[in-house]
Amino acid sequence: MAHRLNAGGRLLDRSKPISFSFNGEPLRGFEGDTLASALLANDRVLVGRSYKYHRPRGILASGVEEPNALMGVGEGGRFEPNQRATTTELYPGLVARSQNHWPSLNFDIGEVNARIAALAPVFSAGFYYKTFMFPRAAWKHLYEPMIRNAAGLGKPPTGPDPDRYEHFHAFCDVLVAGGGVSGLAAARAAAEAGARVLLVEQTARWGGRALTETDIEIGGQPAAGWAAEQVAALEEMENVTLRNRAMAAGLYDHGYALVYERVTDHRPGEAGAPRHRLWRVRASRIVVATGALERPLAFANNDVPGVMLAGAVRDYVRLWGVLPGQRAVVVASNDDAYRTAIALHEAGATVAAVLDVRPDVGGALPEQVRALQIPVRESHGIGRVLGGRRVTGVEIGRITGIGQMGGTAERIGCDLVAMSGGWSPVVHLYSHCGGKLDWDPGQVMFRPAPGRGAPIGPDGVVNTVCAGTANGHLGTADALSDAVAAGRAAAADCGHRAGSFAAPEVREPAMAPVAAHWFTPSRGKFAHGTKHFLDYQNDVTAADVRQAGREGYESVEHTKRYTTLGMATDQGKLSNINGLALLADELGQEIPEVGTTTFRPPYTPISFGAITGSAKGPLFKAVRRSPMHDWNAANGADFEPVGDWQRPFCYRGAGEDRHAAVTREILNVRRQVGLLDASTLGKIVVKGPDAGRFLDLVYTNVMSSLKVGRCRYGLMCNENGFLFDDGVVVRTGEDEFLLHTTSGGSDRVHGHLEEWLQTEWWTLRVYTVNVTEQWAQVAVAGPNARHVIEAAGTDIDLSAEALPFMGYAEGRIAGCPVRIYRISFSGELSFEIATPANRGRALWEALLEAGKPHGIMPYGTEALHVMRAEKGFIMIGDETDGTVIPQDLNLGWAVSKKKEDFIGKRAQERADLIRPDRKQLVGLATEDPKEVLPEGAHAVAEVKGPGERMRTIGHVTSTYFSPTLDRSIAMALIEGGAGRMGETLNFPLEGGRVMKARVVDPVFYDREGARQNV
Amino acid sequence: MSEAESALNRAIAEAGQTIRVADRGPVGQVTLRGDLTSPKLQAAVTAGTGVGVPLPLMAAFGEEGSGAVWMSPDELLLFTGYAEADGLVAALDDALSGEHHLAVNVSDARAVLALSGAGVAEVLAKGAPVDLSAAAFPVGTARRTHLAGIAVGFWRKADREWEIVCFRSYARHLFDWLVTVSKTGSEVGLS
Repeated sequence: MAHRLNAGGRLLDRSKPISFSFNGEPLRGFEGDTLASALLANDRVLVGRSYKYHRPRGILASGVEEPNALMGVGEGGRFEPNQRATTTELYPGLVARSQNHWPSLNFDIGEVNARIAALAPVFSAGFYYKTFMFPRAAWKHLYEPMIRNAAGLGKPPTGPDPDRYEHFHAFCDVLVAGGGVSGLAAARAAAEAGARVLLVEQTARWGGRALTETDIEIGGQPAAGWAAEQVAALEEMENVTLRNRAMAAGLYDHGYALVYERVTDHRPGEAGAPRHRLWRVRASRIVVATGALERPLAFANNDVPGVMLAGAVRDYVRLWGVLPGQRAVVVASNDDAYRTAIALHEAGATVAAVLDVRPDVGGALPEQVRALQIPVRESHGIGRVLGGRRVTGVEIGRITGIGQMGGTAERIGCDLVAMSGGWSPVVHLYSHCGGKLDWDPGQVMFRPAPGRGAPIGPDGVVNTVCAGTANGHLGTADALSDAVAAGRAAAADCGHRAGSFAAPEVREPAMAPVAAHWFTPSRGKFAHGTKHFLDYQNDVTAADVRQAGREGYESVEHTKRYTTLGMATDQGKLSNINGLALLADELGQEIPEVGTTTFRPPYTPISFGAITGSAKGPLFKAVRRSPMHDWNAANGADFEPVGDWQRPFCYRGAGEDRHAAVTREILNVRRQVGLLDASTLGKIVVKGPDAGRFLDLVYTNVMSSLKVGRCRYGLMCNENGFLFDDGVVVRTGEDEFLLHTTSGGSDRVHGHLEEWLQTEWWTLRVYTVNVTEQWAQVAVAGPNARHVIEAAGTDIDLSAEALPFMGYAEGRIAGCPVRIYRISFSGELSFEIATPANRGRALWEALLEAGKPHGIMPYGTEALHVMRAEKGFIMIGDETDGTVIPQDLNLGWAVSKKKEDFIGKRAQERADLIRPDRKQLVGLATEDPKEVLPEGAHAVAEVKGPGERMRTIGHVTSTYFSPTLDRSIAMALIEGGAGRMGETLNFPLEGGRVMKARVVDPVFYDREGARQNV
Repeated sequence: MSEAESALNRAIAEAGQTIRVADRGPVGQVTLRGDLTSPKLQAAVTAGTGVGVPLPLMAAFGEEGSGAVWMSPDELLLFTGYAEADGLVAALDDALSGEHHLAVNVSDARAVLALSGAGVAEVLAKGAPVDLSAAAFPVGTARRTHLAGIAVGFWRKADREWEIVCFRSYARHLFDWLVTVSKTGSEVGLS
């Protein structure tokens, strides 16, 4: 039975009890508890079911490496699955639920399946892949339904996340990852030298394992006291930032690191504060002081609740005052685990035996244990754990010279097994950015090997080192001197003088060497029934890895994917080394020959919210609002995105649908007058003595000949000859032009101009400025356009003589300073009026007011598009797709034949771009004038039967119902289109239907342009 | 004649915020492109704004909201009164006649927000990848960068007084972002 001790627990505040619930049952803990320690204190040893076999699982570890105790924590929108109980701080009202069980944690149907599975090799290595192979029908009818039922880790939350998240950019000389004694020492050494230091620690506490171990003295005091002193000293220093609950999640190139700060996970819903904050750190030097993780041992049924890591057991005793069991067996390959026997003994538990796989045990800690009358069994291991939902005992045996279980079987009754297979440095972060490792056979671990390759900064110099335990120094004295040296060197690299901080004196027990022991086989056949787990979270056993080896897997990377070893959310923190050691054994190779899999960020899972940061809800994507946006929104605008802009698709009256609104708007422009918010149109000023020359190079037609005060339509092609933007160019002065671009294209076009000016034609004396946002722009279009502007009051002569088609003037309208261009995209008499954006709404409202007697109505982008199609005007993005040249669109008249050069000229001379059967723009008139061709419909050379391939000869680019003409109209790009005038084309649609349309001139309305020229 | 109205119409956010965010309303702004080392240009800038051409990544501020910000090796953003911008363009064109340059009134193209308080650097660091510590970003420093998914420029006018600009159409997005990430209780706690 697990229970709370009457005293002890360094992290607990027993004056502050906390109520929480687990699977609906109210329980109590204390401030300072984790969910895991509080569950153990309440004797909740069974906390979940395993992923594949649904086996009962208990808490194994005390930190981030926990594979079993994954919980759904919180409720509603704040519910989050797969939270490790060991890293979830207890708070009042916490609601936790166990996962992967049905119908209940204590009785699970999957467990029954697994019992059956014990008789047959289902779910073994490569199970998924094999299900695809044979028999074929079994996948659909047997395997998939079964796997879908059983699979999945936790449930998704049911409501939107109410919390806020944010990013934070931080800069420092030295980033120290890890707040144990090594991290503190490195930070102190760097800080005392004057470096700007950021020290981050993933837990809520500083000191790491120094808080648990009572037999280490640093600087003449207990290690925990020394750690507290360092924290106090660092907090006093202005050049140091300390951050706990902040995990270095990933290291990237050139000193960029992500730190995941859990700001309010332990006090959810706190006003104003974000739940998580993702620190985006740029550091000149990084010291990785992330300590080490203890390895489990692989013996049969090593997953029965009550089997725990030895270090975790004494964490629960000393940090949280929790005794995980009354009668314990310790099984180990090293001296460190004896500390657990001592801790348990001190806490009043019975330690039935320490089983040591090593033949001769005589170190300081084992001797101390023997002196406590605890039996130490050399060359012994666990043959099998007894018990189902809880450990009831162990079957032990002698380990023979060849690693088999020999001698007579002996049973020891116990409710707790503390195991230790030694410690592995946490080299994950170091490996993220290219740090290499070496196998250290003496200490039985992979450790950093900078000589084989280390992370480097932008200057090509090594910028990241591991320090302390993470660097392979398991002893505190070695770790501290390593960390101090690392901190000083990091500061010195940043140009700071050597600091005065020196490594302190350390007293600690001497340690005998660890044994390389990976696997304790059960007696007899171990493949089925008795499972020796390597990867608890993915339910991968020693038998799976051995099977992979026997089936021919040689690469550790392939074996990982075949068996799924190390592929769970814990990324194999406990299983990687054991798994590859077993694979090496199976292959008859040495561990370094087999090598490791690749560590990738993040170190532990981080929330999607943290990655998203503030880009959520209305802030998810910036939208651009025109100066008339608020008016539009208040007056029925039905918006559509155009680039980042929100533009009115149409303005819907009460009870009016989109189609009716668009029809009304079009007819009103054709018959009376309409007003369009054209502010989004791109506007670029180009000025300089060489401006005309420059524009002749970037447009296909000649711009230098344009007269001041006149407008000209122009096309821009890229260097491959393809059309990418169009618009009207206005000559506003002798050496100054205003370029209009498409709404979505202004930034792209401006970048294009600057790139050519800066990289190719830097001798041209030309400057450009993107003034798109300076001007609000409106189009007044329709037969009454002139009357409206006159009614609004203007000092500009609007007569056809003074301001002819494609003319330009400046003046005032309705008191607003304006530039007025007589250009038309609708085919009607049309004036585009630009006024400074801060007066845009005033001009808009003045024109609407003045236009009332003339029947003015605002119109949206759809009316604009239909009217331009009626006129046969192209739209960039509809009639162009990046493979279309102006000549394809009958715009050859706008491509100069006289100019020596322009961007795209050479390309347009290539054979493919001059062949006569290129797709060309045509108009289409459907046989049934009421039918509208679907967008993108394909024309075929010949209609064939169902399932037969038909040769496509072109496709529809724009298609609308024209209220003006009371019939459907369309434009299409058709092979040799110009020569097909009058021909009827077939458009096969879904369901075998074929629409027919006749090829016609793409200008459907007012061919001679009489309406705009008045 | 109608009053000019800025995109945010002088909106202010202060209560419940760690910093004060205030739209400055219409502000006179002129983009000047030219040879920044030219004595003629330098004299014209000083005559028009009362400040000299700032060094790269710096800004200079004069009387009554006038000033100059270094935008690129051949571009400055000049500040003046909203009604004075056309006059400033004319004066620059006049002073630089015969010298290749481009001066253009862009007063309406950008929103200008005044940010004040001890926590401004911390708030901006929630979006911009810029070292904003007092040592790295002293008073008078300017930076064009990105924040909240849009292009912005900001400069430190005094210890606790900053200005941030973005294109007019993004003004609401920037304002809302600044207000969201500066809610009381969201302090990072470095300053």
